[in-house]
Amino acid sequence: MPNYMLILHDDPKAFGANITPAQMQAVIAEYQAWAGKLAAQERLLGGEKLKDEGGRVMTRSGGKPRVVDGPYAEAKEVIGGYFTIRAESYDHAVELCLDHPHLKYGARIELREVEPT
Amino acid sequence: MSADGGAETSALVEDLFRRESGRLVARLARIFGLEHLELAEDVVQEALLRALAVWRVQGAPRDPHAWLVRVAKNLALDHVRRDARLARTAEALDDWDEAEASPASDAVREHDAPRDDELAMIFACCHPALSRDARVALTLKTVGGFGVPEIARAFLESDAAAAQRLVRAKTRLRDERIELVTPGGAELGARLESVLDVVYFLLNEGLAAHRGDALIRADLVREALRLSRQLALGELTTTPRAHALAALAHLHASRVGARLDESGGPLLLEQQDRSKWNRTLIARGFEHLQRAAVGGELSELHIEAAIASQHALAATWEDTDWSAILRWYDLLAARNASPIVLLNRAVALAKLRGASAGLREVEALADAPALAGYYLLPSIRAEFLRQLGRRAEACEHFRAALELCQSSPERAFLERRLRETASERHHLDAPPKPE
Repeated sequence: MPNYMLILHDDPKAFGANITPAQMQAVIAEYQAWAGKLAAQERLLGGEKLKDEGGRVMTRSGGKPRVVDGPYAEAKEVIGGYFTIRAESYDHAVELCLDHPHLKYGARIELREVEPT
Repeated sequence: MSADGGAETSALVEDLFRRESGRLVARLARIFGLEHLELAEDVVQEALLRALAVWRVQGAPRDPHAWLVRVAKNLALDHVRRDARLARTAEALDDWDEAEASPASDAVREHDAPRDDELAMIFACCHPALSRDARVALTLKTVGGFGVPEIARAFLESDAAAAQRLVRAKTRLRDERIELVTPGGAELGARLESVLDVVYFLLNEGLAAHRGDALIRADLVREALRLSRQLALGELTTTPRAHALAALAHLHASRVGARLDESGGPLLLEQQDRSKWNRTLIARGFEHLQRAAVGGELSELHIEAAIASQHALAATWEDTDWSAILRWYDLLAARNASPIVLLNRAVALAKLRGASAGLREVEALADAPALAGYYLLPSIRAEFLRQLGRRAEACEHFRAALELCQSSPERAFLERRLRETASERHHLDAPPKPE
């Protein structure tokens, strides 16, 4: 069964100063419910959050490596984290993601199949 | 969750974010000084937002409190580095131990007495120099971790109005130079009264099912319950009155889950399934009631708790000891003959001496300004009239109640009673009950 990566694109400012503590907890509970459902089917392999701040981008130009800051947390959209799951097929993976709360909060999920080794 | 296991993470304890908000704000305000309350709240909001971003993907850490303290501390240190006025606080921030008061389960902690900074914050937010409105709003926001929209919903006002209320309250806190210290000595008694008053108000607002939506009402009851218990168990605040308030809160809260039918309509005490009453809360209520009796003081809180306990003691509606309840209402009316007390007393009186005795009392209250616009007055009057077989008048008063009642479940209830009363003539034209 192939593995899939849900790349979570985030707007770091999606939740502003007005969200209440209770609402924050409710959002976490929705994510946990989604993850819990997949875990119960033994389809959830993991999920990790990437730090919003302090990233660096490395390139090589003119024969020399170059390291610059970014992407910035101020950017409109950053890759915020990922989940990896197991699914029967790409279509099945899509189906599993359709009710992901990430979509409810205006953010994007990029779904990629992992090449089998 | 770990990348290898994909393990299920446990659900967060109910109200964890609100609780943590209150705890962290109290601690940070103690470090920064209450004049920097706004900054403390901003830092905590930021820390909670980080938790939201991380925990929703990785699941909550084993020790959420320690995680939040670590993050809040770092965010606070950023501010301290940027703001010379805060430089003196760096050391205190450094001493903030993330492992402190961080038990295995946060659920346990709810029953503990509050930490000193939390208690001091309760006293500050309920300072007598603030208006009741201000005290209530501040307590919900700063102590209880409620957000502005939730406070607005609780008091049926706009977000802007709630925000304004908070701004004014905080300005007043600063102007009055209120400090984050637990009062002692002679001052303690009066200050505690001011706190109990706020908690009592929150409890009543929470129990007022006819106002606003049910979810926020339940939140208010939970907060009143938590605060009353903390005060009753706190070393400094464990007075008989605090126990009386805790008893009242627990006994009323025990019934909240039984107050609605399947379609969300309200159920009278008489109609409730008593097996749905929360036995744990009732047992705690009686513990508090017992400790309230120490010293022989009999405040209005004591009497109200005693009345609530009478209902908890009755296995069925029919078993209710109405003569005991009437005696308590007589005592209460002797101290505070407010129309609302007299209205409740009339219900107990009618149970003992018949609907016409109740009706006489209620009719005497018809012009009480305090009850003007209060739908329960015509609705109770209508019930008495109905029991006396005076259906036309009963219908008239049910209609009057409907005019005043805003909440849809209660309206549905009144409409049903009105229909039943109007159609009773054919099968239930009972003569007036003898007294």
